[in-house]
Amino acid sequence: MFSLTARFIGTLAAAAVGATLALSPAKAAEDTIKVGILHSLSGTMAISETTLKDTMLFLIDEQNKKGGVLGKKLEAVVVDPASDWPLFAEKARQLIEQDKVAAVFGCWTSSSRKSVLPVFEELNSLLFYPVQYEGEESSRNVFYTGAAPNQQAIPAVDYLASQEGVQRWVLAGTDYVYPQTTNKILKAYLNAKGVKDEDIMINYTPFGHSDWQTIVSDIKKFGSAGKKTAVVSTINGDANVPFYKELANQGIKAEDIPVVAFSVGEEELAGLDTKPLVGHLAAWNYFESVDSDANAEFIKKWHAYIKNDKRVTNDPMEATFIGFNMWVKAVEAAGTTKSDAVIDSIVGVSVPNLSGGSATMMPNHHITKPVLIGEVQDDGQFDIVYRTPGLVVGDEWSDYLPGSKDLISDWRKPMSCGNFNVVSGKCGGVTN
Amino acid sequence: MSLSRFLTIIAMLGLCLLPAAAGAQAVDDAKLKPLVEALAGDNFDDTSKAVSELAKSGAPRAAVILNALSAGDLYVSKTDKSVFLGVRDGSDYAATDPLSGAKLAPVPRSAAEKIKVNNRLRRDIAAAIGGLTLMSTDATERRSAAEAILKNRDPESIPLLDQAISAEKDAGIKMLMQRAKAAAVLNSSAADDVKIAAIAEIKSGNGREALGLLTPLAGIQGPVGEAAGAAISSINSELEIWNGIQNIVYGLSLGSVLLLAAIGLAITFGVMGVINMAHGEMVMIGAYTTFVVQQIVHASMPALSEYSLLIALPVAFLVSGGIGVVIERGIIRFLYGRPLETLLATWGISLVLQQATRSWFGASNVQVSSPSWMSGSFDVGMLTLTWSRLWIIVFALSVFAVLQLVLKKTMLGLRMRAVTQNRRMASSMGIRTPWVDALTFGLGSGIAGIAGVALSQIDNVSPNLGQGYIIDSFMVVVFGGVGNLWGTLVGAMSLGIANKFLEPFAGAVLGKILVLVLIILFIQKRPRGLFALKGRAIEA
Repeated sequence: MFSLTARFIGTLAAAAVGATLALSPAKAAEDTIKVGILHSLSGTMAISETTLKDTMLFLIDEQNKKGGVLGKKLEAVVVDPASDWPLFAEKARQLIEQDKVAAVFGCWTSSSRKSVLPVFEELNSLLFYPVQYEGEESSRNVFYTGAAPNQQAIPAVDYLASQEGVQRWVLAGTDYVYPQTTNKILKAYLNAKGVKDEDIMINYTPFGHSDWQTIVSDIKKFGSAGKKTAVVSTINGDANVPFYKELANQGIKAEDIPVVAFSVGEEELAGLDTKPLVGHLAAWNYFESVDSDANAEFIKKWHAYIKNDKRVTNDPMEATFIGFNMWVKAVEAAGTTKSDAVIDSIVGVSVPNLSGGSATMMPNHHITKPVLIGEVQDDGQFDIVYRTPGLVVGDEWSDYLPGSKDLISDWRKPMSCGNFNVVSGKCGGVTN
Repeated sequence: MSLSRFLTIIAMLGLCLLPAAAGAQAVDDAKLKPLVEALAGDNFDDTSKAVSELAKSGAPRAAVILNALSAGDLYVSKTDKSVFLGVRDGSDYAATDPLSGAKLAPVPRSAAEKIKVNNRLRRDIAAAIGGLTLMSTDATERRSAAEAILKNRDPESIPLLDQAISAEKDAGIKMLMQRAKAAAVLNSSAADDVKIAAIAEIKSGNGREALGLLTPLAGIQGPVGEAAGAAISSINSELEIWNGIQNIVYGLSLGSVLLLAAIGLAITFGVMGVINMAHGEMVMIGAYTTFVVQQIVHASMPALSEYSLLIALPVAFLVSGGIGVVIERGIIRFLYGRPLETLLATWGISLVLQQATRSWFGASNVQVSSPSWMSGSFDVGMLTLTWSRLWIIVFALSVFAVLQLVLKKTMLGLRMRAVTQNRRMASSMGIRTPWVDALTFGLGSGIAGIAGVALSQIDNVSPNLGQGYIIDSFMVVVFGGVGNLWGTLVGAMSLGIANKFLEPFAGAVLGKILVLVLIILFIQKRPRGLFALKGRAIEA
């Protein structure tokens, strides 16, 4: 075991040296376009973000096989912000100022996005953000290819209310900005639909919470009031496994109290025995089990690239795929990688998604998506039980929150405003 | 997997034919065919309608078909819309005719589609099958039939239940059926006195379930509402007491997890005085060892896979302990007496070990499965206890007991205590103090490793596993009193229970903060913790 450890350390040292070399100021090679990848490869978020780094390298590889962009090859610049939010801002600055990347693909948590936002606005660069988030934001320099709350949370609640007849709601989440804002929107939405406050239970837990006995037992108690109850989970990352284990162990079946999750996908289920969880739900805009030619081809190429047939695909990967293709198309339309030109040309760009339709970049820098609801199967995949009939446009400012419902965002000229207040008719309206 | 599922279908086929055939009138297969075909409806409403019609037809094969639908084994051909029972077989489905049970030609996977079911449909199917199998000869089938009706509360099943109750011999199932009948009565338009009797019946059952059935009635004017209200308040007052008990039990369970995580640290930090930030990673390595052992056992000796955790215990002890000895010999021994450098060095080691695990096993969680004797739960009164938590309490206490024995009754323990109390004196008595240091550190790390085996059952096995426990472990050791194992035990248990009593009022986030504040206040008052060591050696 000692020799193994030594080998680990050896590999690590080599990797560290390699990384430093990659990060050293580039000798301006004129014939490539640089693309920044800003995902945590260590720390708590590495579990989710490493896959997206691989996805980006895969997409860049594919694009280079097709001849690159504007006749130039793409070159990936990978940095590791180590799940450390302030470090995201530093690394972003480094990518833009030193490495002179044309665009950056990255971030996962809202905290990291909020940390890099001022950097992208100050240096006028582009960020493609591929993860579902809480909305209430629209920046000229950021393109949100993940779901806004109306593309994930609200359709999921509608499905439960209509198909399962749910009348009582537990909103359980990890204690940070995404769950809190999503739950605020959901509560306002449920109240507007006539659900009383006593039928809504809101519960927050710390990051990485592992002792779920009391909360699961509270959910059971809340669910025994004679009304159909469901849990809407915005629990993030590592805390999910012990949560589902406790649910299964305490015998809460999906037929009794279904749990619909917004942060649990194929990747998160990989560490779980899903047999006791069959029927619990997830709402996403893509599942690996989607039956479409585009998806089959994507999975095939992905497995060939990563050289592992067992690697799953998930929703943020699709969002990365869409964002990357949109950028390529916008750059080709603009004929340059300059930020201002790409920002003007990208609105209205439409690229195929993986579920057999297409995604269009809207003036608010959000995209159109179908919403899918899937039930967990015993093989760790999701069976799609519902799909919105059409595409849903991402709504950056929620219609259910006071203060935000009067705002719209439109980055086309001449408006060019991320928070236009339709009541006062001015840009820069109140945000909450 | 697929073969066993196929066998189950065959078995169900044989089993269900007998009981269901007794009550059913002979129905032509030709008549049933459209009903079965309707199961592949365009939406869940259509399928649900087809399910209840199929159940009403009384066809002998109905239960088999519905079970297969619920399990996701029913497929519809994309070409001729025919429905068949399928089992995955390479790139084909091995197909069986749902009505006759005859073998059909295999269907390629691309030419057929699974008939989708969702939770609501699964509930409907369970209730429909419940109606069909209430008179079954198999006790478990009757039990699940009664449970399904209890959930579904369909007043139409009352006559069927009456019939089943009078024929039932098993007391437990009979009680369940009576409760199911009472639930159905409450859902019907029966007379008030019948309903009040039903309320009494429901009240005698499981508290939580009874609350769920009775709460909607409490709003009704008149005697039924009053009876329900009275029943609810009596159940609630009973629940209050059980809540207190639950907090204590859950607190002990959380406490034993803390104890497991901290007890190794109580040796390396408490006894040796080494601030070991890599302690959490020793726990993580134990958990990964469990994963590797489980993989090997699954592959080479599947018969033993139920007991792979027991095999993993000594292996995890040796692996983590070994790494501990290497760390002590390689790094820490040069840093004795320099706590700040030790802290930084072990912090570095912890990062290296985490990243090494990440490069080796991948950043995602790995799956450690639970043996059947550690899954599920049982009820004590109104309290749900899970087997995994119960075993962890037992395990933590046994580790504690064994460690006490080692320290108090063995030669190694004696030398350890001698070295930590007075190194120079011990050395002049001929004890090889460097060896004892290495072994002590190895023992602490090894115990962290076996804690990892236990934690793999309730937490996720990822490179970050250890980080979640390191702060808590230090908290327990400092709170309990450095250098005292009993202090660690009492500290862990009291922190666990305090946490669980605070959580319902303050929430998980605030609860944790409150516990931290309480500990800070306590340390201000008693800097040496609960059980402070006394004596001259301490001042040195």
